[in-house]
Amino acid sequence: MALMMNMQKHSLCNVNAHLSRRTLLGAGAGALMMSSIASRLALADEKGETDSAKPLSVILLWLEGGPSQLETFDPHAGTKYGGETKAIQTSVAGLEIADTLPQVAEQMHLAALIRSVTGKEGDHERAVYNIKTGYRPDPTLLHPSVGAVLCHASQGGADIPRHISILPGQSPGRGGYLGASYDAFKIGDPIGSVPDIRKRVDEDRYQQRVADLFDVAEKEFARGRLKDMERTRTLHSTATNAAMRMMSSEQLSAFDVNEEPKAVRDAFGDTAFGRGCLAATRLIEVGVRCVEVTLGGWDSHAANHTLQLAGCKTLDPALAALLQRLKERDRLKSTLVICGGEFGRTPSINPAAGRDHWPHGFSILFAGANIRAGAVYGETAAEPKLDQAKPLEDVANAVGIEDVHATILSALGVDFTEELITPIGRPLKRSEGKPIEALLA
Amino acid sequence: MQHFKRIIRATVRWTWFGFLVLVAFGFLASGLSEGVRQKDKGKQDLSLASLEAGNASSEVVPPSLEPGTSNPDPGTSKNGQTTEINAAIARVNRHWKESIAAQGLQVAPLADWMTIGRRISLALVGSGMSLEEIRKLETLPEEVRNSRHLESLLVDGRFHDYWAERYTRFLVGTDDGPFVVYRRRRFRTWLADQFEANRRYDNLVRNLVTAEGLWTDRPEVNFLTVTYDSGGDKPDPIRLAARTSRAFLGLRIDCLQCHDDFLGNVSLGSVEAPREGVQQDFHQLAAFYTAAKANGLQGIRGGDVDYDYKYLHDDETTEVPALVPYSPELLPEKGDPRERLAAWITHPENRQAAKAAVNRIWALMFGRAVGDAVDDLPLGKPSTPMIEALTDEFVACGYDMRHLIRIIVGTDAFRIESRADFEVLNQHETSNAVFPVTRLRPEQTAGCVIQSARIKSVDESSSLVLQLMKFGTTNDFLRQYGDIGEDEFGNENVTISQRLVMLNGKMVGEHTENNPVMNASSHIGMFAADDTDAIEITYLSILNRYPNDTERQHFLNRFTSSGQRQKSIEDLCWILINSSEFSWNH
Repeated sequence: MALMMNMQKHSLCNVNAHLSRRTLLGAGAGALMMSSIASRLALADEKGETDSAKPLSVILLWLEGGPSQLETFDPHAGTKYGGETKAIQTSVAGLEIADTLPQVAEQMHLAALIRSVTGKEGDHERAVYNIKTGYRPDPTLLHPSVGAVLCHASQGGADIPRHISILPGQSPGRGGYLGASYDAFKIGDPIGSVPDIRKRVDEDRYQQRVADLFDVAEKEFARGRLKDMERTRTLHSTATNAAMRMMSSEQLSAFDVNEEPKAVRDAFGDTAFGRGCLAATRLIEVGVRCVEVTLGGWDSHAANHTLQLAGCKTLDPALAALLQRLKERDRLKSTLVICGGEFGRTPSINPAAGRDHWPHGFSILFAGANIRAGAVYGETAAEPKLDQAKPLEDVANAVGIEDVHATILSALGVDFTEELITPIGRPLKRSEGKPIEALLA
Repeated sequence: MQHFKRIIRATVRWTWFGFLVLVAFGFLASGLSEGVRQKDKGKQDLSLASLEAGNASSEVVPPSLEPGTSNPDPGTSKNGQTTEINAAIARVNRHWKESIAAQGLQVAPLADWMTIGRRISLALVGSGMSLEEIRKLETLPEEVRNSRHLESLLVDGRFHDYWAERYTRFLVGTDDGPFVVYRRRRFRTWLADQFEANRRYDNLVRNLVTAEGLWTDRPEVNFLTVTYDSGGDKPDPIRLAARTSRAFLGLRIDCLQCHDDFLGNVSLGSVEAPREGVQQDFHQLAAFYTAAKANGLQGIRGGDVDYDYKYLHDDETTEVPALVPYSPELLPEKGDPRERLAAWITHPENRQAAKAAVNRIWALMFGRAVGDAVDDLPLGKPSTPMIEALTDEFVACGYDMRHLIRIIVGTDAFRIESRADFEVLNQHETSNAVFPVTRLRPEQTAGCVIQSARIKSVDESSSLVLQLMKFGTTNDFLRQYGDIGEDEFGNENVTISQRLVMLNGKMVGEHTENNPVMNASSHIGMFAADDTDAIEITYLSILNRYPNDTERQHFLNRFTSSGQRQKSIEDLCWILINSSEFSWNH
């Protein structure tokens, strides 16, 4: 088993894109008036760069609050616990999903489902931590989320952060013990500008400020202090340079969905989540390795059907358009799409017409990368016994959260068995689960 | 006549109404809340005393040691306390010097009073010194400024609140926790009250471990109820054992929950001759907490130990007794299980527990812990000579946290420069031959920006509007900048997003721009005698030091060439706030 020292790699410094500060200053505000990225992407296609050896990326559609498996990917229509939801046929023969997702149903031949995910956490915060990191909360250690693991496993790439959280909600991806430099860069609705990217004063004034910062303030602080302080300790100027590189990067336009034709934008739905999904497809094309897009509102303890229906109304066009676009642009093979939440919801419906938290058998959708399209793994009982002492009796081929992570990392070509030395000196595998071979192509 | 009466009545009513409106406005805008809290009163008295006490000669003079204000062991005279603290500092310094000499290291010179004052402020209230504080302290003889500043902050509500949040983080975490049965805010407020009253540390620990009652009525109970979500609507002994070992014992034994130690990372059993930790060590500690019973609306009640566990290679569950992981001779034989555990943790001979508390306070003062982590002090392995010496002092003074803080601030290790005229290596920092350069935590960064934009101290005597603005601004900033959660001393690298927040973000922009009502940058522009004065005041407000000749001349040239003093001040504010010097404790 490989053992790797988790050196705190300073991913802020991109040697390929290294520009001197003067060059950066010289780039000026004009660089922010970027030309369309479309031409660049088209050029990449002409060169055949999209065909092979593309680094694998992840798009995580994070359904915060716990979507109901019965109202999304695992309906049991017409049964005691099925509720008002009907099942519809998908583009995969014999596979039905809920009628709340008609557009997704037409793209299911591109995707795969696990319908038997089981966890041990029924509280939102703990379950989110569990499913985003693959580990249960542990007071000794903050584990990294999938995006951070992926960025850590393969360095280099973009001027802009490689781990991005759109509409971050309560729990954007964290670098955990890999370091804050692997935390997700957070942005809101891509209809607005990227936060804190615009200078607050005119270009000349900004240049003079930056020049004084480096030439006067930083020089004075470094005098007589720790040898190599900038490189081995603070990275302050390095990070400042990286931030300025991002401010003037052409890749920034990948955030701007307004560059896309109206028809494309409409296909994703006129919602923040839809725009986030569209932005995600653009971001991975410029080298971003993980984009998570959050859609909240799934915690339906009351009025379950209404709330789930509302969520699906937003999810359906966005997810369907995302899969279609990745396929059309030949990005599906190099992009793993994951869609799910921290847990599912109870089969039984409570007196408030709601469903409560249910970690004992819920669904996650996968697509792309090395996932076998059209596959379905696991099953929940249509007429569950709901024996509290044996909840797994209602689940066939139960899959633990750690197994979900091992599958994700395997699909991304990351050695999930590799051990990293954590800050507490304890070697820890990237994942302690087993990949679901039946799902891997 | 009737008409006249009506006019009189209307006049009285409207006058009364106008008066109320004026009072309300004054309360909101002008800080009429000043002096409401006892602790503020103490602070004001102290400030006054400080200004009048120009003849003080000793560096460590603790005027707040009057009985009933801070001394947990009333009865010792002020002079006696001063002598005692000075003697303690001398003892710790002796250990420090011997250690440095043994390593053959050169030592940095003593820092100036402002540098030390900034360190004290950052450690105790999470921001730099205000210009108001600096100006007041400058009226005192230089040799007493830091001690006056320290004493002033020790009775300042900002200190109690700031440390309450720090302790809340490692005692119950940063999550919202289980709904209804957990009130993090109440817990933090309770802790602030404990710091205000200068409760003994051992009493604090005893209260937490043995807490009983409702989480609303007895806030310390939240230490237990925060684990309800994983404990099945009752205290989770596993999480509480892990928390106890890390927070109170400075031991990381969490891995023993699942398996015996096979890496040699966990030493337990005996302080003199430790052995490798085993699963039993963890679960026997956890067993104490099974005596904390959830009793519906009555909250937590005491009971008996009731714990069965199936160890890794066993086929059946075993009844687990409540035993401690080392020094069993210190555990009382009889009594309530949690009372026994609390007595063991706080036993004067349980040096490991006292050392853990000292290391925590050291980390808060220096911005980083001794060793790899604040809660990782291997059993039986001596820490640095200073931590060992401070542990002796902490136990001897009766677990008085303020006493310990005074000693730490008085030591040469705290007072030396972070720079030197010899080549400074990592070894100099780890051996305290220079003061370590440590990154400010996010809330310290926010606190420094907010404070630097005000002439007066932003504290509980500030206007309600300003306090609300500080609260909102800090929360917004942390959301964007990122909060580091429980692990506060990791010194993680700065990220691109964090630099963007500082370079172009709303908070820095709004606190440095021209705002004649709120911002120091405008006040300096309006009232500074000349450009030189403006540059000096800006440096004092933001970096808590005067500019050197090179800096002064450079920015004077900038001011002259731009011809717009206000804009030049704003630029200078931006530059200083974005500098490493601002973002790092030094």
